[in-house]
Amino acid sequence: MNFQNILSEIEKVDPEIYERTSERRDTFKNFGSIGKRVALAALPFALGSIFQKAYGQTTTGVIGVLNFALQLEYLESNFYIKGVATPGLIPAGAGLTALTVIRDHENAHVNFLRTAITAAGGVPYTYTAAQFDFTAKGTFPDVFTNYSTFLAVAQAFEDTGVRAYKGQAPNLQGAANRSFLTAALQIHSVEGRHASHIRMMRQALGAPVKPWITGVVSGIDSRTNGNYIGEDTTVQGGVTITTLSGVNANISVSAATEAFDEPLTKDQVVALVTPFFA
Amino acid sequence: MTNTTNQLDDSVTTIIEPSKKHSRKKFLINAGRFSLLSVVAVTACKKSSSNGGLDLGSGDVGILNYAYALEQLEAAFYIKVMASPYSSMPAAEASYLTDIRDHEIAHREFFKAALGSNAISALEVNFSTIDFTSRTSVLATAKAFEDLGVTAYNGAGQLLQDAGYLTLAGKIVSVEARHAALIRDLITPGSFADNTAVDANALDMARTPPQVLAIAGAYITTQIDASHLPS
Repeated sequence: MNFQNILSEIEKVDPEIYERTSERRDTFKNFGSIGKRVALAALPFALGSIFQKAYGQTTTGVIGVLNFALQLEYLESNFYIKGVATPGLIPAGAGLTALTVIRDHENAHVNFLRTAITAAGGVPYTYTAAQFDFTAKGTFPDVFTNYSTFLAVAQAFEDTGVRAYKGQAPNLQGAANRSFLTAALQIHSVEGRHASHIRMMRQALGAPVKPWITGVVSGIDSRTNGNYIGEDTTVQGGVTITTLSGVNANISVSAATEAFDEPLTKDQVVALVTPFFA
Repeated sequence: MTNTTNQLDDSVTTIIEPSKKHSRKKFLINAGRFSLLSVVAVTACKKSSSNGGLDLGSGDVGILNYAYALEQLEAAFYIKVMASPYSSMPAAEASYLTDIRDHEIAHREFFKAALGSNAISALEVNFSTIDFTSRTSVLATAKAFEDLGVTAYNGAGQLLQDAGYLTLAGKIVSVEARHAALIRDLITPGSFADNTAVDANALDMARTPPQVLAIAGAYITTQIDASHLPS
């Protein structure tokens, strides 16, 4: 990306770009120094932030969404850190390898979001291990002593993470927020990959689940019903999927529900994860 | 839910009705008013030219047709996979690939229904480089398609104006990610999100429509004109 070219392109459309930014003019001139201050990955966010300010758009909403995402990533990250570090919980071999990979991803998401929030002019939340209670106030008492329970909670976290990001995507729409939206989507799909793998790990232990979500079936029990509420819808954008043609008949209810993951609102997600915060 | 549905119905009508001239004008106004990225988009629009192929259209309709094209490709692939399964396909794999086939058909048919009269016609695909008798060939192609689909939706989200359509794209992309992870694990256990899929920040990739179509084009005979898509 050639920054000077971009600026001259903007000047063609908006000759007042520099006036709009007044105090920000120095920012443009000193963009090189921004580059030194923020990590390369955060450069698009720094740019987005500058233009949000130039055009009077606030980053408050965006920072709020990113901090919400950061909370969820801290939750997941701390969960896997503790799980992987708990002797005798996870069998050595493929399971431990996969959960270590996922732990590292969630940790990378934490760091990435912290950088993005800072670059956008916000203050990232910080959480420590002591701030979590992964038994959810006793709902999952054996989460760190029973591998099956640990994986069940992992599945609920991943599936819910997917739903949470999906629900927030529209709050990141708008020309000035494009880089934030895309980054959120790039995390969202990785959570989907995690969910798929965790589900296969559970299936290998006998849980009746597939990599995708069939109806509201969690393969867990009523403790996670709230995490799957609404996943059984067969109507998308006003189209009833089960009235559409499949291979030899209309698309089945199972396929119709599996083919679309459903969003959750922030309030729904907060209600689901609050018990996991000490 | 009712509100969302109404909103979507409204936006379908809105998007289907206006002339391209109107959309173009609105697009330029938005570009002038907002950000750097829109300015780049204007430049891109000026430079791009129609290639005489099947026109995906502009605005949200264009992006939905783009997704529809990719879903057509995926559905056609899995239909063929399950119409002539590779030899000794294990029952579990047959079950997964059948599920995925049906998901892709659901996606395809959804876009077709949502787009209504704005939907592009059926694409002609070219799978001559795929050996459908070979597990290795089939799964490698499935992996390429699923990973590509993830990057396509990730890159297209920011091009959508309507919040309802963004949510719908989100509903689909995470399922494509679930597919991608499974297929990868079938090929190499534990490769569901390895460093060929995600970057050092543990982010999936995002690709622009031209980048995606350049890759997918190897399997699509129909010439596609993506020159009116937003960028």
